[in-house]
Amino acid sequence: MNKKNKIKIVVNGKLLTVNIKFSLKNLIEKLKTPINKVAIELNEEIIDKKKLNKIFLKNKDKIEIVHFIGGG
Amino acid sequence: MKSDIFKIANKKFESRLIVGTGKYKNMKECAKAIKISGAEIVTVAVRRVNILDKSKPILMDYIDPKKIMYLPNTAGCFTSKDALRTLRLAREIGGWKIVKLEVLGDKKNLFPDMIETLKSTEVLTKEGFKVMVYCNDDPLMCKRLENSGASAIMPLAAPIGSGLGIQNKTNIKILRYQTKVPLIIDAGIGQASDAVEAMEIGCDAVLINTAIAKAKNPFQMAEAMKYAVISGRKSFLSGRIAPNLQGSPSTTKKGII
Repeated sequence: MNKKNKIKIVVNGKLLTVNIKFSLKNLIEKLKTPINKVAIELNEEIIDKKKLNKIFLKNKDKIEIVHFIGGG
Repeated sequence: MKSDIFKIANKKFESRLIVGTGKYKNMKECAKAIKISGAEIVTVAVRRVNILDKSKPILMDYIDPKKIMYLPNTAGCFTSKDALRTLRLAREIGGWKIVKLEVLGDKKNLFPDMIETLKSTEVLTKEGFKVMVYCNDDPLMCKRLENSGASAIMPLAAPIGSGLGIQNKTNIKILRYQTKVPLIIDAGIGQASDAVEAMEIGCDAVLINTAIAKAKNPFQMAEAMKYAVISGRKSFLSGRIAPNLQGSPSTTKKGII
């Protein structure tokens, strides 16, 4: 495996290795995340869900994917 | 009879019971208890998606946000920064603008940090959020929240999850007198009579989570709370008799043998 073509990202605190030119849309698809039930942050900035395919991930990017859970 | 509609940020509701969705054994139980309670608003929290285990149940699959209004909260936030981040994310999930702000100040008693709460209310209101604010029962701070644009004032009856009931009735009565936006008792309810008491003081609604979720029979307690809120509300609206230290016979003396 050629490491040059890979980047490391952190998704919800978990380290993942993905290919370069990997978009947020690719990530959401890879994780099978129901897009209409989540919100996404890239390096603490909220991402417009309509623009996921235009945002390409960089090495050490931190992504948070959140949804609603039970709470008081 | 005149209908008695409960309004928050111009949205109308019939039920005056708001229910939390935390602490239930599972989502099925939570959904059933909510249905029995008749609540039209439920609080929900924002947390990370479990990216490793897709089999974990999703709240939206059990409680349909089209049928029951989700009220995103900031449970577990101890700073204004975290609370703002959480609610901005909540809005992004699906356009939620009516939110519950809760900025905690102490890990043990879970009392709100009112300075951070006030700061957050100001920012969120400017960003177009309709902010329902969990707060202490201090009339001065509550007034400041209201002046900052809070859509509802939600004082605690007692610490979150304590089930102690309304500890400072006098403050809640003062709050009732001064508050123009909806006044909702949030936290500390333990049993149905606590909910009745809140409603009899004239609160617009109550928010209950632990008292239902952790009851031995959560379904029966959900029902009890439903009727407690209705009962307390009707009692408040009916105009109670003046308390009197002397007795007053219920039966006329006329025709006595």
